[in-house]
Amino acid sequence: MKETTIQGRLWVLTEPDGALYDDIDTDMIFHNRYLHITDVAQMGQYALDNLKGWEDFAKKAQPGDIVMAGRNFGSGSSRQQAVDCFQALGISAIVAESFGAIYKRNAINSGLPLVTFPNLTAIAAQFENGATLAINLETGEAVLNDETRFQADPLSQVQMDIYQAGNLFAYGKTVL
Amino acid sequence: MGKTIVQKIFQAHTSGDTPVEPERIIWLGLDVRTARDFAGANVVQNYRAHYGDTPVADQDRTFFTFDLVVPPNNIPYANNQQICRVWARAQDVKVYDVDAGIGSHVAIEEGLAYPGSTFVGTDSHLNILGAIGSFGQGMGDQDIAFAFKTGKTWFEVPPTMKVIVTGDLPAPCTARDLTLAVMGRLGSKGALGRAIEFYGPAIEALDLPGRITLASQVTEMGGIIGFIPPSEEILAYARQRSGRADFIDIVADPDAVYVETVEIDVTGLEPLIACPPNPANVVPVREVAGKRIDSVFLGSCTNGRFEDFAAVAEIVKGQRIASWVMASVVPATRTVFEQMLRSGVLATLFDAGFIISNPGCGGCASGHLGMTGVGQVNISTSNRNFPGKQGAGDTYLASPATAAWSALKGEITVPE
Repeated sequence: MKETTIQGRLWVLTEPDGALYDDIDTDMIFHNRYLHITDVAQMGQYALDNLKGWEDFAKKAQPGDIVMAGRNFGSGSSRQQAVDCFQALGISAIVAESFGAIYKRNAINSGLPLVTFPNLTAIAAQFENGATLAINLETGEAVLNDETRFQADPLSQVQMDIYQAGNLFAYGKTVL
Repeated sequence: MGKTIVQKIFQAHTSGDTPVEPERIIWLGLDVRTARDFAGANVVQNYRAHYGDTPVADQDRTFFTFDLVVPPNNIPYANNQQICRVWARAQDVKVYDVDAGIGSHVAIEEGLAYPGSTFVGTDSHLNILGAIGSFGQGMGDQDIAFAFKTGKTWFEVPPTMKVIVTGDLPAPCTARDLTLAVMGRLGSKGALGRAIEFYGPAIEALDLPGRITLASQVTEMGGIIGFIPPSEEILAYARQRSGRADFIDIVADPDAVYVETVEIDVTGLEPLIACPPNPANVVPVREVAGKRIDSVFLGSCTNGRFEDFAAVAEIVKGQRIASWVMASVVPATRTVFEQMLRSGVLATLFDAGFIISNPGCGGCASGHLGMTGVGQVNISTSNRNFPGKQGAGDTYLASPATAAWSALKGEITVPE
């Protein structure tokens, strides 16, 4: 069994005016000029390089970090690379108020935990870059800087099953 | 409890015991599974890594559709397409190659998709197939590799919302203006994670291209898919294209459950335009009229049908576009190109000063044609204007009529 509590340094994706970014689409995450890339190891360097203010994210991110955004994160295209690029950087989870539907599937299939945090926008000011966030994927309990507790949604059953299996292919072999 | 359209299609495509109710995860049988040139090579790579040289579940239900970088303008894409071709030959899988056009439109024209069918591929606008009552869905390369091998996918049954569009669409408004009205009302998250069913007299009046236009923007509303219940005309077309005598019942039950109902009245609607930086930033064209433009793109899966170009030809016939405007026309498919060629529409557009491209996605996804530079103002009939999507410029999304009038005047212009 994989560890179901994830802890990492937080990157809070905010707009230049400080508001939590909504509607970050897959072209902002992994621009279409790189879509010819098939080697996952080559994808990390381009993560978020078309998101205003976050062009250098890939240089700053460290393995284990957690990414936080607002509503509808990952809207847009079906490109798996927009998930793969975070996995290439070792990002351990993405936390957002809501996710684009195709993006969510792609992340689930890759075994990258996406954590839905209802009403995140309303409490976004409490989260700062560099803070430490711990999330229990089974219960949804989240703890900021070992102090403040929040309640996120636990992973759904299929999400947890695929996460535990490693990816869609391994999961498929267990159920079909 | 009654079933919505998505529940009826899913029920007919699942064998498990799990009730086909919102938020339940089911195993969904897939009638057709495809990959395009974006992600196609990644699908092959995933397939090889997990399934080696074993055959796909059913080669007659598996296709490649190259539509983005067609023909390729760089070596990496040429390599990726060739990887798909070679693999497809070994698997005896058909490739709709770089000459065919946009995969979702080829699927409709070739009858690969039909009312009540399920169809997946690596195109986030595959839900366009909701225009004919087919469950089309874009997916990533892992999902598609898995679907190639198993013919199935796990899927969370989405809740359904109803959008009722009433009133008569007034001239000079088109299906695109109706679509922009819905887009503006629902916004980028109004249908997030949901299926939509469209009803109402203004919807029933839409022809196939108009239905395609509306269905194509559901992705930008955050929706899983938007179904437009097929009219007798659409059913007859689908029977003829697919060679199937009949389809499963996809009429929603009277007691089906909807999470929300939105009513939109298009009486008195005026032409609309989506300003940068996103498709939901919709205003009347008159509010931005007079803004000088540099380029025009006519095409994409949203407005790339023959009827769209015929409407443009009617407007520009005998005239020239503004001297400073670079305007390109990209038919959705080879069939559309042929219709333009035989009908004289192509000559009219050529004479008016348009660049005519071979079929495909064209300038929509910075594929092979018409990137924008810093400061460039572009009017497009495509479906996305996110920052950087078609280059470094600013893209406005509007109807073919608004784009045509703007091309003639060299500035954003309300169509007459």
